Amino acid sequence: MWRFIAHRVVYTALTLAAVSLVSFLIIQLPPGDFLTSLAGKMAEQGGDLDSASLAGLKARYGLDQPWYIQYWRWITGILLHGDFGQSFEWNKPVSELLWDRMGMTLLLSLVTLIVTWMLALPIGIYSAVRRYSLLDYVVTFLGFIGLAIPSFLLSLALMYILSRYAGMSVGGLFSPAYVNAPWSWAKLVDLAAHLWLPVLILSTSGTAALIRVMRANLIDELHKPYVQTARANGLGEMELLFKYPVRVALNPFVSTIGWVLPHLFSGAVIVSVVLSLPTAGPLLLSALLAQDMYLAGSFILILSALTVIGTLLSDLLLAWLDPRVRYQ
Amino acid sequence: MRLTPIPDAGLGVPPVPRPAAEPQDLLFEVENLKVHFATDDGLVRAVDGVTFGIPRAKTVCIVGESGSGKSITGRSLMNLLPHTARIVDGHVLYHPEPGRTIDIGKLDPRGKPIRALRGKDVSFISQEPMAALSPVHTIGQQMVPVISRHLKLGRREATERAAAMLARVGIPKPAERLGSYPFEFSGGMRQRVCIALALSCRPKLVIADEPTTALDVTTQANIIDLLVELQEESGLSILFITHDLGVVAEVASDVVVMYLGKVVERGSVEEIFHDPRHPYTRALLRSVPRLGAGRDTRLAAIRGMVPSPFDRPKGCDFHPRCDFAIAGTCDVTAPPDVALGGSRSVRCVLPEAIRPPVQRAETPPSSTQRTLRHG
Repeated sequence: MWRFIAHRVVYTALTLAAVSLVSFLIIQLPPGDFLTSLAGKMAEQGGDLDSASLAGLKARYGLDQPWYIQYWRWITGILLHGDFGQSFEWNKPVSELLWDRMGMTLLLSLVTLIVTWMLALPIGIYSAVRRYSLLDYVVTFLGFIGLAIPSFLLSLALMYILSRYAGMSVGGLFSPAYVNAPWSWAKLVDLAAHLWLPVLILSTSGTAALIRVMRANLIDELHKPYVQTARANGLGEMELLFKYPVRVALNPFVSTIGWVLPHLFSGAVIVSVVLSLPTAGPLLLSALLAQDMYLAGSFILILSALTVIGTLLSDLLLAWLDPRVRYQ
Repeated sequence: MRLTPIPDAGLGVPPVPRPAAEPQDLLFEVENLKVHFATDDGLVRAVDGVTFGIPRAKTVCIVGESGSGKSITGRSLMNLLPHTARIVDGHVLYHPEPGRTIDIGKLDPRGKPIRALRGKDVSFISQEPMAALSPVHTIGQQMVPVISRHLKLGRREATERAAAMLARVGIPKPAERLGSYPFEFSGGMRQRVCIALALSCRPKLVIADEPTTALDVTTQANIIDLLVELQEESGLSILFITHDLGVVAEVASDVVVMYLGKVVERGSVEEIFHDPRHPYTRALLRSVPRLGAGRDTRLAAIRGMVPSPFDRPKGCDFHPRCDFAIAGTCDVTAPPDVALGGSRSVRCVLPEAIRPPVQRAETPPSSTQRTLRHG
């Protein structure tokens, strides 16, 4: 087991190094850099950036250096000082922008994940055990509708209904009064009152998909001989269901935990824009559009790192759950 | 109904009365058992009026091809059927001790009474040792709860009992191996573990559904020897379900031959092997490969295929494949089950099939030999 963990950790570290390099290169790929667009913007507004201050800025950010020097400065700054660089667009340190958005993103992702699992697992189990029952058909029908409706459409529809007929403040994660207020009990309550709508929208398609996966996995397992063995030894249906086949059917879920975060991230961009959520997605989008390279690069790096670390976690969790994995 | 008796006058069938009561000490009595499956394509009569008994401390073999209903018959003894199947008629009578009777077929298949019997009084060994244990639980995690539940033992005593059982079936370092996972055992060792699990609560009957089919020949022999040994030690009865007549000859005291959900012949192992009556039994015995038969000898396969359960032949189920079928009789009326005394019975109308057992023929009639087909 320790060998397995050590292996995985080493691979993860190597992957992270590669990921940081690749995210840096991706930022560098488009022609021009931030200063080109800054100069263009200033020219548009009638102002002018003289070549001396341009050169000064270039030297300050190392933009005149070869790419590997730029990469080295960037990555050592992150690792040693937690300094992700400066956002040209926002004129703020990237780390400030980042942690603000990342916190909310993680909160939203986590709540969505929990809600998705809490709904999908029991429904999937029911639907597999009572296959072809009336409720199975109902759930399957709703599940396909949930899969088929684009989430941005769902958010638009719900926003319209809620603000028109219920008069609620929709959009964002806080009421206007609390956006800039310090954390308090009232702000937390306000957050909860806003959080359920994006969580509902974001978990709809995920729940629908997971119900199908759980149902299919469990139906496969229910007819395995070990279930018969358990039955032949006098175990009750509920007892054996949760001890054996559900346990085995959970494996594919665990192995996909690592992908949940980036999926919620990229899949949620449109929903976040529509609902104006202060999450990472919209910020990443605007950073990419503005070629705000340090901000964009940091987002891509953190996202990739979270994916890799998430995969490591699900690998370890899977090894703990399924002995066949750790003995290979 | 189908079981119209054939008028014996024309065929010279001596009227043989059914024995009134079995004098033997039976652990299980299966009487006219009928199990039906509801499928999308219609009703399947998987077990269609099966009658036999399992004597205490003896081994009964059910022999038949795939689809003969032998496995479903076996599972009926612990009322453990697929959810589409129903026991629609007949009795599965269990006599825990002489004079006490439980009708297992009448118990709720999910209820407490039957669950208290499963694994305790009747246990099951599956034909797939590789898949019969959960891949994500250790052997101990799977054995100990069963033992402590049925034998009302504490965790520690149950663990000791599990280790003792593993030792008994020949697993080295049994206490350590309780912490191993099924995939860490070879196929033969895994079947030993399954046997240890099946016997851990001192059952009175073990249903072994082709327990050696998935194993290589040497391992097969070891597993069978082990079962026979354990039977002699503990006096349990075994219902052995197989299509392998070699195994039958080795372990059986009584044999039940099944075809398309019906018992076509039953009797003691000597009777079945030395004096087979039903054309199907005889064909099965002829199809066994023999050592020293010479490389040019073709195996006598039974011609044709097992009919689809949705398209049963009229009359006798076996007549389209039977070399002795009598036109106008076998393809019109289903033959009755003719009792020949003792536990012997045959479902056939041919005179040589139902002649009384005392007149044992030295050789089969010459007319029979001429019509034998090979290959």
